[in-house]
Amino acid sequence: MAKRISIENVNVFYNKFLAVEDVSLEIEPFEVTAFIGPSGCGKSTLLRTINRMHEVIPGARVEGKILMDGSDLYAADADPVEVRSQIGMVFQRPNPFPTMSIRENVLAGYRLNAKKFSKTEADELVEESLRHANLWNEVRDRLDKPGGGLSGGQQQRLCIARAIAVKPDVLLMDEPTSALDPISTLAIEDLIDELRKQYTIVIVTHNMQQASRISDKTAFFNIAGTGEPGKLIEFDSTDKIFTNPTQKNTEDYISGRFG
Amino acid sequence: MFKRKLKNSVVTGVIYATFLLALLPLISLIWTTVSSGLARFDGTFFSSSMRNVIGEGGGALHAIIGTLEVTALATLISVPVGLLTAIYLVEYGKGKLAKAVTFLVDVMTGIPSIVAGLFAFAVFALIFGPAVRMGFAGSIALSVLMIPVVVRSGEEMLRLVPDELREASFALGVPKWRTILKVVIPTAITGLITGIMLSIARVIGETAPLLIVAGFTQSMNYNPFDDRMMTLPVFVYYSYSSQGTDAQAYIDRAWAGALTLIVIVMVLNLGARAIASIFANKTRSNH
Repeated sequence: MAKRISIENVNVFYNKFLAVEDVSLEIEPFEVTAFIGPSGCGKSTLLRTINRMHEVIPGARVEGKILMDGSDLYAADADPVEVRSQIGMVFQRPNPFPTMSIRENVLAGYRLNAKKFSKTEADELVEESLRHANLWNEVRDRLDKPGGGLSGGQQQRLCIARAIAVKPDVLLMDEPTSALDPISTLAIEDLIDELRKQYTIVIVTHNMQQASRISDKTAFFNIAGTGEPGKLIEFDSTDKIFTNPTQKNTEDYISGRFG
Repeated sequence: MFKRKLKNSVVTGVIYATFLLALLPLISLIWTTVSSGLARFDGTFFSSSMRNVIGEGGGALHAIIGTLEVTALATLISVPVGLLTAIYLVEYGKGKLAKAVTFLVDVMTGIPSIVAGLFAFAVFALIFGPAVRMGFAGSIALSVLMIPVVVRSGEEMLRLVPDELREASFALGVPKWRTILKVVIPTAITGLITGIMLSIARVIGETAPLLIVAGFTQSMNYNPFDDRMMTLPVFVYYSYSSQGTDAQAYIDRAWAGALTLIVIVMVLNLGARAIASIFANKTRSNH
């Protein structure tokens, strides 16, 4: 079930370089929260701290607290592997496992962890996940073919199916449509609109129209210059950000004056 | 326009000519080996040893068995050590230890084979006394030559696996060791197998280290852990260097031995390709 994420005074580092400085924001359940901002402002970096994927990079670390329904994801006894199974992620480029069939890709979260279940259970899970990802009708008769044989947009929906198959509480999306054509983008956006009924969704996007179309809340990040840390400039309802932002900086960005 | 076409055909001609030039020694080598080797490439050659044979007849069964056993044992040692080292370097290694390992692997790549033989001899002489000869010691010597090749090729193949796949697996809540075992290795398996085959081909024709530690014998010996063991390269060398009264019989056997060695390497290569294509079929897209 969707959960609330609270980010409290988070600083994100790559070795000594401070990439994101002092961010605090509340991500509500059953809502789509969009992170927007110019390149290099740390929005993807911040997104990756939410499911502890940031620390996969050597030298990367996080200060501050990130709470999911009150429990600290960075507590000493919190297991990053466990965190990641509760917070799913969809990446910029579709990355289905090339050695696996479509069916195996959907089941990957279970199979890779050697969880066993009956064929009927697996069949149900595959169908349910693919239906949720709006992909079932296109692939139902070729589930045993490799996932790499699908089109880019289909591959991305397969990756979403793979992420929701493990039944996470939160779904993170890192520019999920930036590598896709407009029709596939529309399919993914429709999908996000349906997924919000069940999940907390955080999406990073470079496309401001996309943020205004699909998100409930928008967070605008910016940097003062190269080598400076990224900061949260403004966080509010999407309507407010796009029609009547408080900060001059936000208004300049969304009206296309820079970025 | 005319000038561009002329340039194009000149360069094409040069490339074809150099290609044929490079091919020439290879064809000549295969032709010589086949034409000289076929004389004794017969049933007796593959069914008997050289025990009590002077002059005509005799065979290389003892050497074929020896080569297969020694190489198989060397592979059994080198592949786990080499692959695990490659996995360490690519997936875990950072800092000084990884640098030191990479440096040592580089140094090992350049070790002359005779030094590897002396090393194995020194080790076994310490344990079993100075007169020790056994097939397994040969395997150890070959492992010294084989491990760096396996590490290097394994490292390259594992680095080819995109980080996106590792991240996809981590993001599903899969621990690192399972990600390596079930995502990284299966994705790289075709290249890993090719690398292992190349490393086998690299050591199966080694003569010098085996001459020192495995020794030579005219008799069958199926046990690599006891006594001298003949191998094909040593068989070829001895047949040629110490010919008996009927010199032609020894020379014919030497060529037949050389041909057998080439055939073994070729069969191993074809086998590896077959295995690799089975794995590749599973991953190929269906357009």
